[in-house]
Formats: sequence, C-alpha cells, structure tokens
Amino acid sequence: MITATNLTKKYNGTTVLNIEHLDIPTGQSMGLVGNNGAGKTTFFSMLLDLIQPTTGNIFNHEITVSQNEEWKEFTSSFIDESFLIGYLTPEEYFYFIGDLRKQNKADVDALLLTFEDFFHDEILGKRKYLRDLSKGNQKKVGIVAALIGSPKVIILDEPFANLDPTTQIRLKKIIKDLTAQKETTILISSHDLIHVTEVCERIVLLDKGDLVKDLMTSTATLDELETYFSKDLTLKEEA
Amino acid sequence: MFKRLFSLEWKSFFRSASLGKSIGLKILMGFLALYFIAAFLMFGIGLYPIIIEYFPGEEPLYLVNRWFLVWMVLELVYRFLLQNLPIMDIKPLMLLPIKKRKMVNFVLLKSLYSFFNFLPLLIIIPFGIFNIYKQTFSTGAIIAWMIAMIGLTLSVNYANFIIKKNFTDNIKALIPVVLSIAVIAILDYFKIFESSVWFGKGLNAILEFPLLALTPILIVIVFYKWNQKDLESKFYLDSTLKDEVKDANTNEFLWTRRFGDIAPYLQLDLKMIWRNKRPKTTVYISILFLAYGLIFYGNDAYQEMPAFFVFAGIFITGIFMINFGQFIPSWDAGYYPLIMAQNIPLKKYLTAKAGLITFSVVVLAILSTPYLYFGWKIFLINLICAVYNIGVNIPILLYAGSFNRKKIDLDKSPFMNYQGTGATQWIVGLPLLLMPLLIFWIINKFISFESALTVLFVLGVVGLILRNRAIGFIAQRYKGQKYAMIEGFKQSGE
Repeated sequence: MITATNLTKKYNGTTVLNIEHLDIPTGQSMGLVGNNGAGKTTFFSMLLDLIQPTTGNIFNHEITVSQNEEWKEFTSSFIDESFLIGYLTPEEYFYFIGDLRKQNKADVDALLLTFEDFFHDEILGKRKYLRDLSKGNQKKVGIVAALIGSPKVIILDEPFANLDPTTQIRLKKIIKDLTAQKETTILISSHDLIHVTEVCERIVLLDKGDLVKDLMTSTATLDELETYFSKDLTLKEEA
Repeated sequence: MFKRLFSLEWKSFFRSASLGKSIGLKILMGFLALYFIAAFLMFGIGLYPIIIEYFPGEEPLYLVNRWFLVWMVLELVYRFLLQNLPIMDIKPLMLLPIKKRKMVNFVLLKSLYSFFNFLPLLIIIPFGIFNIYKQTFSTGAIIAWMIAMIGLTLSVNYANFIIKKNFTDNIKALIPVVLSIAVIAILDYFKIFESSVWFGKGLNAILEFPLLALTPILIVIVFYKWNQKDLESKFYLDSTLKDEVKDANTNEFLWTRRFGDIAPYLQLDLKMIWRNKRPKTTVYISILFLAYGLIFYGNDAYQEMPAFFVFAGIFITGIFMINFGQFIPSWDAGYYPLIMAQNIPLKKYLTAKAGLITFSVVVLAILSTPYLYFGWKIFLINLICAVYNIGVNIPILLYAGSFNRKKIDLDKSPFMNYQGTGATQWIVGLPLLLMPLLIFWIINKFISFESALTVLFVLGVVGLILRNRAIGFIAQRYKGQKYAMIEGFKQSGE
C-alpha cells in the first residue's frame, strides 16, 4: 500500500504537483499519464525521496519515505540514465544491484536467463560498457535491473520510450506476468496510452500537477483518455 | 553567418552553468593566464639584452634563428598534449542549413584565437622591435622576419591538428614520426647533420631577401587547406564526431570479497578508478608525488624545522587521500540518484570510501620506506603521519564531501581541470595540512620531538577507534544534504 497525502511541490512559487490524496493498494498496477510537465517524474522522484515535498508525505508500506530508509529494501526503480553506472558492463551492473538486494550471482543469473528473449542477444556477453550501449539497450538493462530481488514495489518512468516494437510487446508481457499474482505493486508512467491501458488496471491522469482523472481500466478507458488529450484540439475546431 | 556562429560561441561561454558559480576559480585561472603573459613578455623583452650579455659577439637574430627549429618542435609537443580542435561543438549544427565548408572554416579560424597562438607574439614582437631599434638590419627585413615567425607559429597550430586527427586513434602510428624526429635530433646533436643550423640559415636568408617571408605564409595556407579537406571528408557522425567504443575491461577485483558487506562498494570504486581517465590519472599522480619528500629531506634549509617534514609526511602518505577524497561523492555524481534510491545505507557507502582511502595510505606509507635513507626520524614521521591521516584526516575529508555539489566528468583529464572544484576544496586544505603541522610545531618547540610525534600518533589512533561513530555522524550530515546534492550533481558544469 502506497499512500500520498496532501502532497505538493512548489518551485519558486509555481506549483508543479498537488495531490490531495492517493492510495495505491498492494498488488495494483497503476499507470500515470499526462503531458510533459504534468508532474509524473516529480511524483516518482518524491516517492523515491530524491526530491523533497513542499508539503505532505508519502507512505510506502507504512514507512514515511522521507524519514526512514527501510522502504529501499523492497522498492526498486528505473527513472533515467542516472540509475545506470556507465563504466560497468551490463553483467557487472546486474551483479552489483544483485549484491545490494541480497541476491548472489547464481540468483541473478537465473533471473537473467528468463529475460533472454527480452535482451534479444544485444546485452549480455558483449564486452561493452553501459555508456557505450544505445539508449534502447540501456533502458532494457535498467528495467531488468529494477526487477532483481523480487521487490514489492517497482517504479518505472517511461519504460516504453526508446524501445523497439518487439521489445515493447515483450515488456508488456513481463509486466502482465508480474502483476498476475497480485503481490507486486507496479507504477508506470507513459505517453503511450495504448500500452499503458493494456498493462495497468488503474490509470491516474495528471494535468499540470493536478490529479484530474482516476480510472479503473475498462474497455472505455482508452477512448476517454484520448478524448481528454484531444480536447484542446476539438475546442479549437469548434471555435 | 560567421557573426551568428560567433554569437553562439559567446552565449555558450556566458550561459554555461559554471559561470558566476565559480568566480574564485575564474580569478585563479585569470592569474595563471596573467602569469604566463607576464613570463612570456619578460622573456620577449629580455631576450635581446640577455643574448648580448651571455653570448658576446653573436648576432642575436642569427642565434634565435639557429634555435628556432628546436623551439618549434617543443611547441608542437606541448600543443599536441594540450590543444584540441573543438570539433564536437558543431555536431548540433550539422542538421541546419549551413554549408559544411563554412562550419569547417569557422572551427579552423576559431583556433587562431587560442592562447597558444597569442603567447609567441609576446616574444616575437618585443624582440623584433629591439632589432628594429638596433638597426643592424633594415626595418623591412625585420618586419618580414616577424611575419615569417608568426607564419611558422600558425603552421605549428594547424600541423598539430593534422597530427592529432591522424594519430590519436592509433598511437602506434605515431612511433615512426617520433623515431624520425629522434633520429634528426640525434644527428643534429652529434653534429652529423645539423638540421637546426640549416633551418636557421634559411631564416637568415629572409633578412636578405624579405620576399622569402611568403614561404611560411604559403605553408600556413597549405596546412589550412589540408585541415579543411580532412575535416570536410570526416564530417559525418560515424567517423570523427563519435567517441570510440573501447572493449570492456573485465577485472572483477574478486579479492575484495574478504571485506564482507562493503565489498560491492569497494569493487565499484576500484572499477571506477581503473576505467575512467580522471580518477586513473589521480592514481598515477599520487605515485609521482612520492618523490615530493626529496625536496625537503635533502635540503639543508629544512633540517632545523622538522615541522616541514610533517607536512611532507602528510602529503606523501596522503596524496591519494587528498586528490580522491576531496571529490567524494562527486565521483559518483553521474549515478547519485541510483545510490540514493537503491538499497545502499549511507553509512556503508561512506565506510567503503574510508576503507579504500585507508588502503591507499597504507600502500603509500609502505612505498615511502626508502626514505629511511634520510634517517629513522624521517621514516618515523612518515609512519606517524600515515596513522594521523587514517585516523583524523579521512573523517575530515568525508565530512567536507557533504558540501560538494559539483559533478565530475570521469572521462576528462585532471590536468588544468578544475571541474568539481569549489570553495570546499580550498577550505578543507587548511585543517588537513596545517593542523597536524601546527600541533607538531607547538609541541616540538615547547616540549620535545618525541612527545610531538606521540600526540599525532595518539590523535590518529583515537580517530581510528572513533571512526565508526564519526562516520555515523557524517552519514546523518549527508542525509540532510541529500536533496541539494542530487540537484547539484544534475547540473553539468565545468
């Protein structure tokens, strides 16, 4: 269970995020959508205690994230390249994350084996540093590293961006499999409405920091979101 | 169009994240530049009288010409090491409708404004004016000579880019060039074939036939055209403009396993050091600085002031500690959000850093044992300084690290590189180097040499015993500064 209460973030008087209350029950997969500047990454960063909320708190399984670090043991994330260590090879990076999450080499190897398809033979055994991989391949490494050590909460910022179509489809399957057991809470942000409605049971829509829609995904959700995001266009056409 | 390109350049300088933030650094760089300008100008003005004074009977201009080839080779060497063609800056312009030729010309002409081209003028012009004043040669001849000199300097400027372009990817290809220069130098040295003399005679000829000054200008034009052709042909993303990909080094540092739960961090730090240019060079510098003691120990002036030996001891055993420790945690700036969001307790992270530095102090202390040659006192001072470094200076440096807000690009060379340097680096130097010196000096003066050393030793041991608690306290401080650090490390600055 993740709870945000009275959460705001202001930069020089401008409010970039304002969420009065948001509950994410354990085992839910939640998709965060919104245009650039809607506050998606800000929300994730606050959930990871990387930026300080102006007011309010986030509780991750009853732990106040800004006061206690214990949430780190069961929470993993991939936000951007600053979560990768450029001078390591993908294998070394996985083992390092494995060490941090109390997984030995054999555990990590076993997990990596299940992602053979996802890697598409472009990641392992290439004798290349992460900094020399393409953006898409870096993303693959970051996403898989976030899954090491069966975390209870997984946070992925824009996981579909930069991935090739095959990998996007594989990633959707991975996320669906993870949420099937209803034990892992997954938070995803995306600009791709089709992908996100397909893998998430709940969609939260942010607009300039405000929570404007909170929907349980159904067949109508995609239409509703598309209508919302094209409203400016329709207004103009009508005028 | 050229005007617009220059205005871009202007903006990139004044809008860079670093400007204003590190005004102290700018002042320091300014002083360094002033120093070089003053040094070159003094040399330029003094050259004529010096030659008259020390080489009576020689014609100064002929003597300068005689050695000019040697100067040019030296200039080429330091330009090769220090000067770069800023080719990467034009990458974003590639897609815009600007002609290739124009951009290439811009980069090449911009290189003329380099400090390296300005400094020789400070010698050539005053020396030329002296010669005009002396009237040994006609004014026209001297002006022709000055033009030729400037032409040759600029030739070196462009020749350097050609050499860099063609040889930096392939250092081995440089061997024949270096060898042939060496052969020419040896032939010259043993007076078998004195190329420098012949070159000087060529320059002397300019004084007789001023029109010959056109030759160096022709050389500049040839080199310029060559650069132009070269750059235009390589103006593609996949050749010059892309950084090369190196095969990964896969040393695992498995021996660190014995350090238990800080092993993963130690491995990460060791990989960071060995696989990145800046930290790696820091290690080499530390080894070079082992020789620092020779300045003090062999010098009679310091024999009555053992406090200086303490300074040397702190420095020798702690040079890696200082060079590496002052930039903790900026080394990890590129992935600091990962460190903060992953399951990494700050205390362990800091303990691992302290462990690594301790290890370096021990190694440097062992490597400094040959100083036993200068007597057991010096040897003892070094050992006790090592203990003091481990016990007291390491926690001080880690604490100072919590003030660091500046990122470090791991792949840049550390020479003349002040990236990551802020007020912290200057201020922390005081307690680090001066405190032990002061403690030693006072006690040595008023009590005795032995008790002064004992006090330093005890301080070190106490620090070591309290280290765990100190690191706990420092970790709290890092936690408090966390958001500001993450924010600061995101900025890319010089």
